[in-house]
Amino acid sequence: MSAKIINKLANAVFWSAGILILAILAAFLLYILVKGIPVLSWNFIFGMPSDIQAGGGVGPQLFNSFYILFLSMLFSFPIAVGAGIYLAEYAGDNRWTDMIRLSTESLATVPSIVLALFGMIIFVDLMGVGFSIIGGSLTLMLLNLPVLVRVTEESVRSVPGYYREASLALGATKWQTIWRVVLPNALPGIITGLTLTAGRALGESAILIFTAGTTVSRNFPDPDLFAAGETLAVHLWYVMAIGLVPDRIDIANGISALLIITILMFNLLFLIPGKLLQRRSTSTQR
Amino acid sequence: MSIHAADNPKHQRKLLYDRYIRYLFIACAFLMTLIILSIILFISRQGLLTFTEVSLSEFFLTEKWDPTEQNFGALSFIMGSVYVTLLAVSLGGPLGLAGAIFMAKIAPKGLRAWMRPATDLYVAIPSVVYGFVGLTILVPFIRTYFHVNTGFGLLAAAVILAVMILPTIISISEDAIRAVPATLEEASLALGATRWQTIWRVLLPAALPGILTSFILAMARAVGETMAVQMVIGNTPQLAKSLFMPTSTLPSEIVVEMGNTPFGSAWGNSLFLMALVLLILSLCMILIIRQIGKRRFA
Repeated sequence: MSAKIINKLANAVFWSAGILILAILAAFLLYILVKGIPVLSWNFIFGMPSDIQAGGGVGPQLFNSFYILFLSMLFSFPIAVGAGIYLAEYAGDNRWTDMIRLSTESLATVPSIVLALFGMIIFVDLMGVGFSIIGGSLTLMLLNLPVLVRVTEESVRSVPGYYREASLALGATKWQTIWRVVLPNALPGIITGLTLTAGRALGESAILIFTAGTTVSRNFPDPDLFAAGETLAVHLWYVMAIGLVPDRIDIANGISALLIITILMFNLLFLIPGKLLQRRSTSTQR
Repeated sequence: MSIHAADNPKHQRKLLYDRYIRYLFIACAFLMTLIILSIILFISRQGLLTFTEVSLSEFFLTEKWDPTEQNFGALSFIMGSVYVTLLAVSLGGPLGLAGAIFMAKIAPKGLRAWMRPATDLYVAIPSVVYGFVGLTILVPFIRTYFHVNTGFGLLAAAVILAVMILPTIISISEDAIRAVPATLEEASLALGATRWQTIWRVLLPAALPGILTSFILAMARAVGETMAVQMVIGNTPQLAKSLFMPTSTLPSEIVVEMGNTPFGSAWGNSLFLMALVLLILSLCMILIIRQIGKRRFA
C-alpha cells in the first residue's frame, strides 16, 4: 500500500474515533434524559421517599445531596486554596515541596472506596458522629481537596509575574499582593475548577454509603448535621441493589435524569461567569 | 509611605500578618501529607489485623471466599480487579488515544470546541449512572447477543469502565501531543512525510511519556472504580474463567459486604486488607508516573 492510502485510512480511523466518542456521550445523555424526564414531577422531586410502596419521592435525598456538597466544599475550599497558594507562591524547589506534591497526587488517586473506609474509621467511629451528614461531608472533603489544590495552584501560577512585581514594587507586602492582585486574577480558573469538583462530588456515592448512610431523616428539610444523610446518587444505588420498591427502575431513571440535569446546569451556570470574568479582567488590563 | 517605614508600627503589624499567613499556608499544604499518611496508617493497621487469623498465603493465593466458614481467599477479587482493569484499558485506551490525536491534530476548529466540554461531561456523569445504564442496556444486550445466562461479568464491567476512562486518556494524551514542539512536526512534513507518518513516527514517540501517564492514570481509575462495576459484574466470589461469568472485584466486594460485617472481626478486617491492596496499587501507579515524568525526552 502506498503511503497516501495508509494516510487516508488513518485519517478515517481518527475521524471515526472522534465521532464515536461524541456519539457515545450523546447516546448516554439522551437515553438518561428520555427515560428520566417523564418521571420528574413535583411529587417525585420534592416528595418523601417510600420504602415499600410505589410513588415515593426523593425530596430529602435531593436536599442532602446539596447540603453535603455545600458543606464539603465549605471545608475543603479554604484549605485547598491555602495549599495551592503555598505551592504556587511560596514553595521552594526542595524535598518538602516534593513531598507535598507527592501527597497531593497520591491523595488524588486513592480509590474512593478506600477514602470511604478511612472516613468510616476516623469520623464515624473515632469521632463518633455516626452515619451522618457531617461524617459524609468530612469524608467527601478528602475527595475534593487534591483536585482543588491542583486547580488553585495552576490558576495562581498562570497569573503573569510582572503583576506581582508591580504590586511589590509599590510597597505591598506579599500577602497584600496575593490577596489584592494574584487571587482576583486567578479567580476564573479557580471557579472553573470548583465547578468540575462540585459535579464530581455531587455524583459520588461509594464514599457516602458508609459515612452518610443509606437512610434519611424523617423531617424534611432537616438541617441537623448529625442526621442520616442519604444522597441522590446513594439512593439510586440503594434502590437498584437492595431496594424493595416496585417502581425502582422509575426512581433510578428519575434520579439519573435529575443528577445529569443538575450537572449540566452547574457547568453552564459556573462556566459562563468564569469566561465572562476572564474576558473582563483581561480587557481592563490591556 | 514615610521614609521610616521600618519603624512604623502599622507597617510592622502588616509584616507580622505577612508571616503568620505564610504559616497558615504551610499548614494547609502539610495537611495533605498528614491526610495521606493517616490514610495509609489507619487502613493498614486495620487491614493487617487480618493476618492474626488468616495466613498471608490463604488471603492472596486461594480463591475460596466464605467468611462464615472462615475461608478468606481473596484471589478471585484480586484477579477480577486485574482482568477488568486490563480489559478496560485495552478497549478504551486505543479509542481514547485516537480521540486525543483527532482532537489535537485533525479535528476542525468547530468540532474541537465541542470535544473539550464533551470530555469534561464524561467525567461529570456519576459512576452510579454509568452503572445503572450498564445494568439496563449493556447487561441485557450481552445476555441476548452472546447467548449467556445472566450477562453480568467481566465483559459488562470492562465495557462500562472503558467508557469511564475515556476522558482521562483523551485529556492527558491530548495535552501531551499538543506539547510536542511544532518544529518537530514541521520538519517531518517538510521531509515529505504524510500526516499519518508524522503522527506515527514523530508525534507519538515524542508524546509517549504523557500518553503512558494517561494510560496509568486510567488504570488507577479503573481499578478503584466501585459503584459502576458493582452494578454490572454479578458480585459472585468465584475466579472468572470467561468474560461472561459473574465474578467480583476488590472494591465491589468491599461495598457489597462492608454493611453487614461486624467491625473488628476477621471478616471486617479482611475487607480493610482488600482496601489496603487497592491503596498500595494506586500508590505504586503514582510512583511509576513520577518516574516517567522525570525522564525528559529530547
